[in-house]
Amino acid sequence: MALDTVAIAQSNPDSSQPFAELGLKADEYARIKEILGRRPTSSELAMYSVMWSEHCSYKSSKVHLKQFGDKAVKTDALLVGIGENAGVVDVGQGYAVTFKIESHNHPSFIEPYQGAATGVGGIVRDILTMGARPIAIMDPLRFGPADALDTRRVLPGIIAGVGGYGNCLGLPNIGGEVVFDETYIGNPLVNALCVGVMKHSDIKLAKAAGAGNLVVLYGAKTGGDGIGGVSVLASETFDATGPAKRPAVQVGDPFVEKVLIECSLEIFAEDLVVGIQDLGGAGLSCATSELASGGSGGMKVELDRVPLRDATLSPEEILMSESQERMCAIVEPKHINRFLEICKKWDVTVTVIGEVTDGERLEITWHGDLIVDVPPRTVAHDGPVYNRPLAKPEYIDRVNAEIIEVPRPETADQIKATVLKLAATPNLADKTWVTSQYDRYVQGNTIQSQPDDSGMVRIDEKTNLGVAIATDANANWSYLNPYEGAKLALAEAARNIATAGAKPLAVTNCLNFGSPEDPGVMWQFAESVRGLADGCLEMGLPVTGGNVSFYNQTGSVAILPTPVIGVLGVIDDVRTRTAMSFDRAGLELYLLGDTADDLAGSEWAYMHGQRGGKAPIADLQREMRLIDLLVAGRTSQIFTAAHDLSQGGLSATLTEMVLRHNVGAEIDIENVGTTLISESPGRVVVAVEPTKATELQALAAKQQIAITKIGITGGDSLVINGADISLTELRKAHTETFEKLFG
Amino acid sequence: MKVGVVTFPGTLDDRDAARAAARAGTTSVSLWHNDADLKGVDAVILPGGFSYGDYLRCGAISRFAPVMEKIIDAANGGMPLLGICNGFQVLCEAHLLPGALTRNHELHFLCRDQKLEITNNQTAWTSSFKVGQEIVIPLKNGEGSFQCDDATLAMLEGEGRVIARYVGENPNGSRNKIAGITNERGNVVGLMPHPEHAIDTLTGPTADGLAFFTSVLTAMVK
Amino acid sequence: MAKIVVDVMLKPEILDPQGVAVSSALPRLGFTFAKSVRQGKRFEIEVEGEATPAQLAEVEKAAEKLLANPVIETFTVRVEK
Repeated sequence: MALDTVAIAQSNPDSSQPFAELGLKADEYARIKEILGRRPTSSELAMYSVMWSEHCSYKSSKVHLKQFGDKAVKTDALLVGIGENAGVVDVGQGYAVTFKIESHNHPSFIEPYQGAATGVGGIVRDILTMGARPIAIMDPLRFGPADALDTRRVLPGIIAGVGGYGNCLGLPNIGGEVVFDETYIGNPLVNALCVGVMKHSDIKLAKAAGAGNLVVLYGAKTGGDGIGGVSVLASETFDATGPAKRPAVQVGDPFVEKVLIECSLEIFAEDLVVGIQDLGGAGLSCATSELASGGSGGMKVELDRVPLRDATLSPEEILMSESQERMCAIVEPKHINRFLEICKKWDVTVTVIGEVTDGERLEITWHGDLIVDVPPRTVAHDGPVYNRPLAKPEYIDRVNAEIIEVPRPETADQIKATVLKLAATPNLADKTWVTSQYDRYVQGNTIQSQPDDSGMVRIDEKTNLGVAIATDANANWSYLNPYEGAKLALAEAARNIATAGAKPLAVTNCLNFGSPEDPGVMWQFAESVRGLADGCLEMGLPVTGGNVSFYNQTGSVAILPTPVIGVLGVIDDVRTRTAMSFDRAGLELYLLGDTADDLAGSEWAYMHGQRGGKAPIADLQREMRLIDLLVAGRTSQIFTAAHDLSQGGLSATLTEMVLRHNVGAEIDIENVGTTLISESPGRVVVAVEPTKATELQALAAKQQIAITKIGITGGDSLVINGADISLTELRKAHTETFEKLFG
Repeated sequence: MKVGVVTFPGTLDDRDAARAAARAGTTSVSLWHNDADLKGVDAVILPGGFSYGDYLRCGAISRFAPVMEKIIDAANGGMPLLGICNGFQVLCEAHLLPGALTRNHELHFLCRDQKLEITNNQTAWTSSFKVGQEIVIPLKNGEGSFQCDDATLAMLEGEGRVIARYVGENPNGSRNKIAGITNERGNVVGLMPHPEHAIDTLTGPTADGLAFFTSVLTAMVK
Repeated sequence: MAKIVVDVMLKPEILDPQGVAVSSALPRLGFTFAKSVRQGKRFEIEVEGEATPAQLAEVEKAAEKLLANPVIETFTVRVEK
């Protein structure tokens, strides 16, 4: 390719350009010409095409995501909101915590190990970029049916990739999800969450301010990784005839990122940067345009100074490269020597590639020739905004009208069979096969991890201040009622924080949907966002940031709408947290919350081939009262244990509780045929010493939460209404599944 | 008493080792791989992690670090030296201990709370234990299978130089379920599982690991 | 410019779980030719000019010291035409 410069673009304005192949629509191409007053150079075209892709520009989702800002609750706790690399919240004692969840779905289908690994790498860099030390990760994962051939292809690689990258970074994996459903075959969902901690004064933002300040690229050298990956992969669905496009997938090196983390934290500790951005999707195109936009607006970059792994790369390719483990910092000239020294100590490649200017243009040269001259905001922020058509899909009314017909466990034999069946089904089975591939101990601050309701990390060793995080989604409910589904997932994640006694504080989200060009999908998306925004406002929880992943579909069949909600909470003393389960006999067990006939969207209904019905209607006021009850109960140390109810209902919750420390329970419940398997939201099972029972009843009355005594702990069995299930048999059913499937 | 904790590029459990050393009543001193300077410490810990990303072989590059020259000298002179996980791998690559650590037999990284039996309490790092004592500490690695030839195995067993063995199912294929060994003198110990992650029940499965770090205090007093 | 190749293999008595995994996977894909599989490493070293005996001796030393772990691995050194 002969070099295409600004001068050449001005002199041959009608030269034809492959904008369509790069993913731009004709009107978008026209708009670029309008912005520049000429045709773009091929480098500029590359930048716009990547930055204006769905994945980078959020063009289909922006109009809806606005609600998170518009409906945001006013709170002093939010230190950095939506728009930066990650949101930051104040957790007390001068600490700020930053967390975010992101997706890396399509690359993980193509190359499971590297797709998952670089997904982890990317979200960790986002957290690092805020000035924080990353302290934990979580991985909500969704796959096709557990016994499907393609699941066996992708699952082991994805788990190995999450573990391989996260373990090598020294980040404990404190939780996640593994969900199987036909809907994800061909479109596995790999969402990765990272949380980091810092002092308030450490917060860094992505802006290039101060003319004369230096633009410094450090980290790995640039190669041909993932060229066009972002715009091509994430903005197009897979062809049903097979992956016709095979663009380069990014390959990660966690050792390089670990060194990058330590090097960066030393740089931050000495306050050597004015602004910083990591290079993720759209690589240098993104970093330069975002930094320039965030600052005064002007930047000059000499692209030929970028250190390369592959000397044959063209300027367009360098701009689009998604080589991993790279960061871009803005450094005052007086600090550059110290910056370089620290990089040398850690053996990190570092190069000054440009400087911040007085003007309002981003200018990039290649061996002296000007190849990019754009207003940076038009690349990074003022991309196209679509108001895509939405239409309520015809399936909704039809499916909502379906009546659920499932066997109800009434007799002892039926109860036993039901409990064992639920314990063994892949969605509810023991996940040790997965979680034992993750290091949960490194950094020595993990208080809770899988299979607890939430991950919990201590952030101050003297005061025992800690944070808890949980992620949840219920695609079945979102399918039946996207508005309520999002609210219900929010409530569940918040409840999962509260069972340990932590107080929910902030929200992140990863919205996984099909094609936004399908009005039905767009309606699901709009409803989900509306539900989440309304829910967050009602619960007083700010959305700090998140991620949208569209085009999760094969051909015309979209995945079930899967908004994954992450909630972060704070606990003043991790030593006082409420454990998930009990380790002794003689405790009284209570079910908090009302149980209705909520089988629609349940695991039991799914196992019987029924996906219809009406999703529950979220009662967030009641959820909030329950959360307050759980937090108050922890403060007063009423609970010995508390565990959330969700998929699998009471059956799954009791199974998990008795197996945790191998202590059985004797349970007696009314209307067992429904109570055992219903998935009504807003419920928790708690275990208390008999001496605390009165206090518990009083607290429940005060919070207006229904409370039912359901049994006592002890013995070698889980006995429900006389049905005796030995712990040995229950453990076998629960733990065999993953070994048989993937071992 | 000062315990040096080495950081190589890619070391992960150095802060945890330092915490354990401090909890045991010693003062931890950070040692940088590139500085041939032991800063007057009385003992050294090579912590866990993925030094140099496990490039080439685990610990293969770390063993040539400038600080290692000083450590090898000091260890040959009797200084207590503990290699945990990646540290154990470095000690074997440096030939301070025999044998080598290879890929887990089931190929997966494995993190679990592992029961061990302490089989030798005459070393600088195990003197606080009783022989036959069973402890539970976390095991977390992908290359933890201890391998050596028959002659070496016979020597280790014959001389009682196995300091810890896995109890129950062999988690990684180590010969004779060996989880840790010592040198002839008893001052250099390599241990695959992580005692620094079992120093209190708030963050670990037990507090059984602390005794490794208190042992070395006694060793110095002697 | 010459290319010197160092092939490193685990000693026969050392457990090779990766080789075992590969030999289990082959028949699942319809390949039945393998009695056993062992997995090793190959280093390709480019040198200026022809590979002299002195250079090869140096490579042998480097293989002994760094490229292979003689406790559990064996290696061969050859010049690739």
